Amino acid sequence: MTVPCTVRLPIFEGPLDLLLHLIKRNEVQVSDIPIATITDQYLATLEELPELNLDGAGEYLVMAATLVYIKSRMLLPVPEEEDEPEDDPRHELMQQLLEYQRYRDVAVGLGERAVLDRDVFARDPERLGPPRPGEPAEPAVRDASLGDLLDALRGVLRRLRPPPVHEVPREEISIGQAVERVLARFADAEAVEFAALFAPEATRAEVIATFLALLELIRLRVLRAQQAERFGAIMLTLAVATVAEAAGRVHDLGRWSGEEGQHGDGDRDR
Amino acid sequence: METETAIDSEYPNSNGHDQAAAQVELGRLPALIESLLFAAGAPVGMSRLVEALDGPERREVAAALKALTESYERDGRGLRLVQVAGGYQLRTPHEHAPWVRRLLRERPPRLSRPMLETLAIVAYRQPCTRAEIEAVRGVEADAVLSTLLDRRLVRIVGRKDTPGRPLLYGTTREFLEVFGLPDLSALPTLRELGEAEIVDAAGVRPPAVNGEGTEPDGTGAEPPGDTG
Repeated sequence: MTVPCTVRLPIFEGPLDLLLHLIKRNEVQVSDIPIATITDQYLATLEELPELNLDGAGEYLVMAATLVYIKSRMLLPVPEEEDEPEDDPRHELMQQLLEYQRYRDVAVGLGERAVLDRDVFARDPERLGPPRPGEPAEPAVRDASLGDLLDALRGVLRRLRPPPVHEVPREEISIGQAVERVLARFADAEAVEFAALFAPEATRAEVIATFLALLELIRLRVLRAQQAERFGAIMLTLAVATVAEAAGRVHDLGRWSGEEGQHGDGDRDR
Repeated sequence: METETAIDSEYPNSNGHDQAAAQVELGRLPALIESLLFAAGAPVGMSRLVEALDGPERREVAAALKALTESYERDGRGLRLVQVAGGYQLRTPHEHAPWVRRLLRERPPRLSRPMLETLAIVAYRQPCTRAEIEAVRGVEADAVLSTLLDRRLVRIVGRKDTPGRPLLYGTTREFLEVFGLPDLSALPTLRELGEAEIVDAAGVRPPAVNGEGTEPDGTGAEPPGDTG
């Protein structure tokens, strides 16, 4: 039996992390980076890194561009008398690396502390109770996230829905009926606004049936939906000459005219 | 106080004990505090201890806390008295962790490198924006921030008064508790960690020092920008 050989690539937390890794490996100082060497190694590492996700790749590539830019500026002659540290093309990157390194060190320090529930344990603090008036409130509350709000909404909706009772007659509206209702609106109007199709007191089922009917009528080229500007009102107009012609086309082409428009309702207009 | 105790007939059996509590012998103070801290579980601030003890002065309570702390360590007991998040708390010693973990059968909380690095930045620079965190780490911080918010290690403390009014993040009391910090000033200053001139150049502030000083007194050493 052979022991499986696993090669672990170091996982980098970002371009700065990778750069610090290379600087350490080359045993050079952050304050005096051999930019050509590091740039070459950085680019070589990028090619080795498998399956960088797209977001991460962007960050690594921006750094690659920065490195190449610094490298090119290093090639330019520097006037002798101007020897300010800020004139070093590497200055900004150096600052960034040093700052990141400091926080990385703090992070290591935090991780090495005696972490509650990992290294040390305390009794369940629930029993202490809430602070009394006048005592400083502990920030047990945090700002609600969108997820929290959605959870809360879900709770409210669950409460709203009445318990299902079998005897309650469901008001059925077929799409066929909805098609007729929509077409009826065009009997005395050239154009109808989208929102006006939906009565405020309409049930959810009615709204959905009406919307499906609308889609169907547009598909059958009986109605045309137009919008003057983005987010503007959507106006619906007849794409055929008369309501009667529209009804006829629905009857001929639509699948709602026969089986859906039950009880002779569908024939009423003809 | 004593008349109140006598009138309080709601708990007739506790009358005798309450009267005893009114005159605490200083010798009993460490053991008494031990009971209070055990019963509380959570970190208890100095002022709340003083209030519960009802008699001994603050400095006497402080001395008893010190004595108790030392006796735990000296006798190699299974508890330690630690100063954390502006209060005092009994915790198990670090070296007992494997057994306690096995008993509780809980997986220890995961603290990944991105989480720790982001926490470090928030802790020192708070209140700070996501963009500031991203500038330091060189990678986007959206996902790690939402994890930290879920874990309540950071919280939103306000909005920055700049274009876009970005959210400002700060550390929480849980942050101090999880990492066993008495308050934010217990974090090492960045000056100790890196070259001093770079700290100045980067404009990094040292961790906020609470006006209350280093002694935890139960007012909860909260990060600055609390009201932000």
